[in-house]
Amino acid sequence: MSGLKTNNRVIKWFDHRLPVFSYVNEHLVDYPAPRNLNYMWNFGSLAGIALVIMIATGLLLAMQYTPHVDHAFDSVERIMRDVNFGWLIRYIHMNGASFFFIVVYLHMFRGLYYGSYKAPREILWGLGVIILLLMMGTAFMGYVLPWGQMSYWGATVITNLFSAIPLVGDSIVSWLWGGFSVDNPTLNRFFGLHYLLPFVIAAVVFLHLWALHRFGSNNPLGIDAKGPQDKIPFHPYYTVKDMFGLGIFLILFALFIFYAPNYMGHPDNYIEADPLVTPAHIVPEWYFLPFYAMLRAITFDISIPFTGIVLIDAKLGGVLTMFGSILLLFFLPWLDSSPVRSSRFRPLHKQFFWVLVVACLVLGYVGAKPPEQPWVTIGQIATAYYFAHFLIILPLLGRLERPKPLPASISDPVLKSDGSGASQAKPMEKA
Amino acid sequence: MADSANAGQGGAGHDDEGTSRRDFLYLAVGAVGAVGAASAVWPLIDSLNPAADIRALATSRVDLSPIEEGQAITITWQGKPVFIRHRTAEEIETAEEVPLDDLIDPEPDAERVIEPQWLVMVGICTHLGCIPLGQSSSDPKGDFGGWFCPCHGSHYDTSGRIRKGPAPRNLDVPTYEFADDTTIVIG
Ligand code: HEM
Ligand code: FES
Repeated sequence: MSGLKTNNRVIKWFDHRLPVFSYVNEHLVDYPAPRNLNYMWNFGSLAGIALVIMIATGLLLAMQYTPHVDHAFDSVERIMRDVNFGWLIRYIHMNGASFFFIVVYLHMFRGLYYGSYKAPREILWGLGVIILLLMMGTAFMGYVLPWGQMSYWGATVITNLFSAIPLVGDSIVSWLWGGFSVDNPTLNRFFGLHYLLPFVIAAVVFLHLWALHRFGSNNPLGIDAKGPQDKIPFHPYYTVKDMFGLGIFLILFALFIFYAPNYMGHPDNYIEADPLVTPAHIVPEWYFLPFYAMLRAITFDISIPFTGIVLIDAKLGGVLTMFGSILLLFFLPWLDSSPVRSSRFRPLHKQFFWVLVVACLVLGYVGAKPPEQPWVTIGQIATAYYFAHFLIILPLLGRLERPKPLPASISDPVLKSDGSGASQAKPMEKA
Repeated sequence: MADSANAGQGGAGHDDEGTSRRDFLYLAVGAVGAVGAASAVWPLIDSLNPAADIRALATSRVDLSPIEEGQAITITWQGKPVFIRHRTAEEIETAEEVPLDDLIDPEPDAERVIEPQWLVMVGICTHLGCIPLGQSSSDPKGDFGGWFCPCHGSHYDTSGRIRKGPAPRNLDVPTYEFADDTTIVIG
């Protein structure tokens, strides 16, 4: 690429000293992207926009919010009733968290389907998993801030997870709390961290994009671009496509904000926190439900057979399973041993991928149910599948599966699309 | 790291294994630096632990006389709920009769009380910290007639011992003593 083209002398002068304009040009304008990207490639930019929306609305909320157990709940109610457009800003922030997760989950499943985590994009994928972990921490601590019943009891249950750690568990929990229960010190530090972490996320997003632009985007065929004929400049082709996707996103987002702002929330969080009364049924926000189901799936101790010596009790087992389900994703690039990226050419992987999707949805459903039969067993089966998918099925598929023939290049299936069965790519799906 | 340290080939201090005095200095300085950094970080980490005013939270004094047999009250101690139950003879008997082999966390009832009719426990589920139901007469009391934690389904018996469900331990008994026949001091 020839670099920045401009006649504006001020821009030239500035760019010579601090090349931000060249940088933007290189990464957002001239940047060569595969010509066959489909709509599943929209979710990355949407996630970025969601992060900006969260930081902007969060900043305004922070200016009206009081992080003290005696005032937090009332200050949020004041935002809702008295602050000009406070209700709007809060509803954007609340539903924004949900939409952020929707977008990021779709973005990740896209990566799973098209094998975007494979060499040379392992670091890119790992940075994405780090972003997910940071988002989970941020959303969890944000949910504590309005100091409703679900805030308080969610915080209690989740911080208590750490008490499962042998020996030091209890000291860690009281260190997290800054006291002997979730209380004012806890609320204060959660507010501080909730403010900080989104900026850490922004920094990791920067690294994520840096890693992305080293080798460029993967694409629905999963094969490397063979030359300039396989690529088109990001602007205007993908800026336009991303804007269109943003329009759809904003319509759906607005539907929730204006017509069903509390649909994804829990009514108990409009009751002020009461440390002496646990709500009958504690459920986390929907985006944590699959993980919550895995936590509760381990209802049995793991012991050395015939000795009765318990190695891992049910509580620690649940915690390890839950965290393990995410940590596992870091190793995915090495667990999946198939050299073919896209599931379009992997008939078996494609089917197992959809089983995994179903298992995750089932886990989400079970996570919202009380811990009774048949949900316990169903949750255990889905949890077992989740782990088997990554630890057993993927390594075996790489050896057993016979992939379909790959097209010679990205433009190849487009040019001879009529009749030839070489690919299912919709011709010119993109540009 | 030896590469750059030994750039000036054949420098003094080489021994046979190719390590140099400079390598040793690097290691020593690194170790001292790490210890220094760790001790500088400790105050920062420790500042997050419970502060003196929170640790100093006083003991709680409770008058038991208004609690009728079969009744239970919940008081707070160090911000945590404490269950105090005036047990009936029947409840005491069922608690004492259970064979220890049936228990997940074996502990005889006698070790959990000072006076058998007064059961005093921290009312926090040992699973993940919810407050079990069973204090008021209309609450579900679980399969063993004591307490039931609705969060993930832990059942406690009339001695507050875990019998079924994911909780690993019996409900904790705080340290307390009788100040007189009808007053206890917790903590
Ligand atoms: C990664 C981005 C973020 C996520 C996922 C997120 C998530 C959340 C969630 C789920 C809530 C609870 C909403 C409710 O039920 O009321 C919340 C509340 C809050 N957040 Fe954020 N947040 C983010 C960024 C920020 C930032 C950057 C700030 C400050 C500059 C902020 C400030 C606040 C405040 C003050 C509240 C309490 C007011 C309320 O509950 O509506 N947030 N956040
Ligand atoms: S917190 Fe009581 S069963 Fe989980």
